[in-house]
Amino acid sequence: MTTENLKNVENDEFEIKATCINNSEIKKPWTANLVYAFIGILFGIVFVKAEIVSWFRIQEMFRFESFHMYGVIGTAVVVGMISVFIIKKFNLKTKDGEHVILTPKTFNKGQIIGGLIFGLGWAITGACPGPLFAQIGSGFTVVIITFLSALAGTWVYGYFKDKLPH
Amino acid sequence: MLELLKQPWPWYIAGALIGLTVPALLLIGNKSFGVSSSLRHICAACFPGDITFFKYDWKKEAWNLFFVGGVAVGGVIATYILTNPNPMIIAESTKEALLANNVRDFEHLLPTDIFSWESLLTLRGFIFMVVGGFLVGFGTRYAGGCTSGHAIMGLSNLQWPSLIATCCFMAGGFAMTWLILPFLLNL
Repeated sequence: MTTENLKNVENDEFEIKATCINNSEIKKPWTANLVYAFIGILFGIVFVKAEIVSWFRIQEMFRFESFHMYGVIGTAVVVGMISVFIIKKFNLKTKDGEHVILTPKTFNKGQIIGGLIFGLGWAITGACPGPLFAQIGSGFTVVIITFLSALAGTWVYGYFKDKLPH
Repeated sequence: MLELLKQPWPWYIAGALIGLTVPALLLIGNKSFGVSSSLRHICAACFPGDITFFKYDWKKEAWNLFFVGGVAVGGVIATYILTNPNPMIIAESTKEALLANNVRDFEHLLPTDIFSWESLLTLRGFIFMVVGGFLVGFGTRYAGGCTSGHAIMGLSNLQWPSLIATCCFMAGGFAMTWLILPFLLNL
């Protein structure tokens, strides 16, 4: 294997580590995933009941005409920060006794270019990936098309990844 | 109690519950909060092609697919069981600006004059659903995460690349809303 190839493999491995967000080494039967479905259900209820999935709330946010979304994201970040701080400070273990692993994010140009592209899409669709799923559940079946198109976008990124600036 | 749950939930309740998802996922199974990766796992599971980016053990990440499946089910419950009896309240200024730009339906979570099967084949509908969706999928993967993975999980863990990503999400959104959307809405 040439050095160039080797470098690519290493990059890919690192990249996979950064996206693969299951840091548990314990193998479990598939039924163990039901708890995540349950958390997802609660999450979806919050999304719809707080109208975060609404296209209008996103418009209000980008037009600075409502505090709602800033309040939601701000509170979520503060609560998340405090939680992560407590987990680190007291070295809390998972319920299976593992150390909690937090993968650091490495900077690359993708966060700027990709971030801007996602921002453009966010203001058009009024949804980031999470709300897309909740919008479909809310009865907007046509959002399945938006979702399929987002899948296509992800696939095209994977296809051109090595040619894009990072 | 049920009556109270049916009302729109305030931002501080929603924000706190979303924030608590971070420690819940970490402490239950060492999982980092993130939604957009589900799109990558679906690609890896269904059409990996010959692309290294999609060649990995996606089954290890199946929990993420259960999670997003749950989000869709939660959407059903919130909409059909915890139905808000009142129409949505939208800021007057936003409503006026959108009215001036050809948006007519303010009754639902999304304006059905843009987001519906009927409008899918119009130029406006195509851009809002198909092009918009593509930008979301392409952009989040290029950025390595979305609002959940970067803005919430990344910032919670004090990752500065996530702060840059979050600022770029907002910058892209402002550019679209103020510069391009008035044109797109009138197509």
